[in-house]
Amino acid sequence: MGLYHNKKIAFLFIFPALLLMLVFIYYPIFQNFIYSMFRWSAFSSEKIFIGIDNYLRLFKDPVFYIALKNNLLYASFSIFFQVGLGLIIAAILEEKFLRKYQPFFRTVFFIPAIISITVAGLLWQLIYNPNIGIINEGLRAIGLDNLAHPWLADGKTAIFSVIVMSQWQYTGYIVLLFIVGIHKIPQELYESAMIDGANSIQKFWTITVPQVKEMIIVSVTITIIGGFKVFDEVYVMTGGGPGRSTEVLSSFMYRSGFRNDEMGYAAAIATIIFVITFLLTLLELKISHKKDEV
Amino acid sequence: MNKTSTMSRIARSLIFIWFITYAICIIYPLLWMVISGFKTKSELFLNTWALPQEWVWGNYKTAWDVGVGRYFFNSVFVTSISVALSVIISAGCAFALSRFRFKGEKIILLIVIGGLMLSPQVSLISLYKLLQKLNIYNTYLALIIPYVAFRIPFTTFLIRSYLIDLPREVEDAAYIDGCNSWGVFWQIILPMSKPIISTASLLTAMQVWNEFMFALVFIEDSKYKTIPIGLMSLRSTLSTDWTVLLAGLTISVIPMIILFIVFQKQFVRGLTSGSVKG
Repeated sequence: MGLYHNKKIAFLFIFPALLLMLVFIYYPIFQNFIYSMFRWSAFSSEKIFIGIDNYLRLFKDPVFYIALKNNLLYASFSIFFQVGLGLIIAAILEEKFLRKYQPFFRTVFFIPAIISITVAGLLWQLIYNPNIGIINEGLRAIGLDNLAHPWLADGKTAIFSVIVMSQWQYTGYIVLLFIVGIHKIPQELYESAMIDGANSIQKFWTITVPQVKEMIIVSVTITIIGGFKVFDEVYVMTGGGPGRSTEVLSSFMYRSGFRNDEMGYAAAIATIIFVITFLLTLLELKISHKKDEV
Repeated sequence: MNKTSTMSRIARSLIFIWFITYAICIIYPLLWMVISGFKTKSELFLNTWALPQEWVWGNYKTAWDVGVGRYFFNSVFVTSISVALSVIISAGCAFALSRFRFKGEKIILLIVIGGLMLSPQVSLISLYKLLQKLNIYNTYLALIIPYVAFRIPFTTFLIRSYLIDLPREVEDAAYIDGCNSWGVFWQIILPMSKPIISTASLLTAMQVWNEFMFALVFIEDSKYKTIPIGLMSLRSTLSTDWTVLLAGLTISVIPMIILFIVFQKQFVRGLTSGSVKG
């Protein structure tokens, strides 16, 4: 058709998007690799080439392994609660006896996902507060005084406290995704299972799970990627502390770059985040691509 | 038979209890946040759980005056410009990708998809440096430009898949009437993709309104801070003046809650059409 013959016009439509993506998404990634091979600070123009020294130092840095461990913890808990429990909640909400109440529950469960992490984080800081926090007050109210605890100030419980907040925030989001997925399952499958006398649990395992299998796999990968990208929650609630006990890769990078002013070291940490998330995303794309072909 | 129905009645009750508890775990803290904003400082400590004896509006006013007002304005400004720019630019790109046939089409598509895979964390250090070199560090542009750039891949993808399925008769008719592709874009494509554009705008608005990391690093000056970072500095300046802080938190969530309740359908459509986790 003549309307779409002019290739110059096509380029004009693409140009702004292309320019912004190349300059502000692609170029910085490339630049980051280069920065990671220098020793430099934000406030001086001097850059000393040190090759892979930043990486060697990183692999010897105990904080790096604390951060990796915390990212993994984050990812595993999120898989269990968001994907695992999220799927079960979605399936239950689709049961007949709950249909009437589904809009209410699904909206309420989703609400935390739309509030900012600053709000959620600061709110939860008060919830965990040893003096006025709801959690300790609640424990005292039911007589479990000895379980009351400075949740965020203790290195043993801090990371879990942050993770719990995160589950509170995002489980409803995954529930919603699964509800939409379950809606797409042909109703006849359930009807014929009913005729065969299958109960709800059997229907869940023999129909729901296999039918949303790709979606489960994709959510698992997205959740793992999310676990490796986490920054805001940790920064707001603990800043990586107490000590370095809640440090994750991103907060470690932030601290190295903008607190300790070791920009090259921070860039090396960024590269590690890049490698991990990039590989996982490739995996995800491969899986979701397979889904499209079927 | 009787036994199974008692069983399932128990199971149903347990599920109800579980879901209601879960709902309370969400509603209660949020309600507590709103209500505590109306308490006096001492009442928050003495009567943490109860309703305020006297509803104090002052905290909300104080919160607004000590900074939330300014941050609120900044967030509204940065969010609306970012949404408008990212949607228009992405729609143009999606239009070209879905209608024109040209060399390098595949490469452009690959760049868009690749952009989906790159997380902002990785660019933080070098973007910081780049923004300084461009002399826009610590200005509104230091937020708007990266926000727009990082929203383009997803938004383009979203609009493109909508345009591919859009019937082309109207465009053909417009062409016969002498309309060129520029006119078709503004007068036909944009109006016809209103549903997907509203979805894309909502998702971008939500993302930008809540964005934290870039806002933390690319802005220094309090007068450009957006709400998420503004609240953080408020926390340090207020120290234990929690009632004012809680009032500030409440003010900052109101726009998103209203947007979500009004446009729930568009939100859900967008969230399920791609993997976009906050």
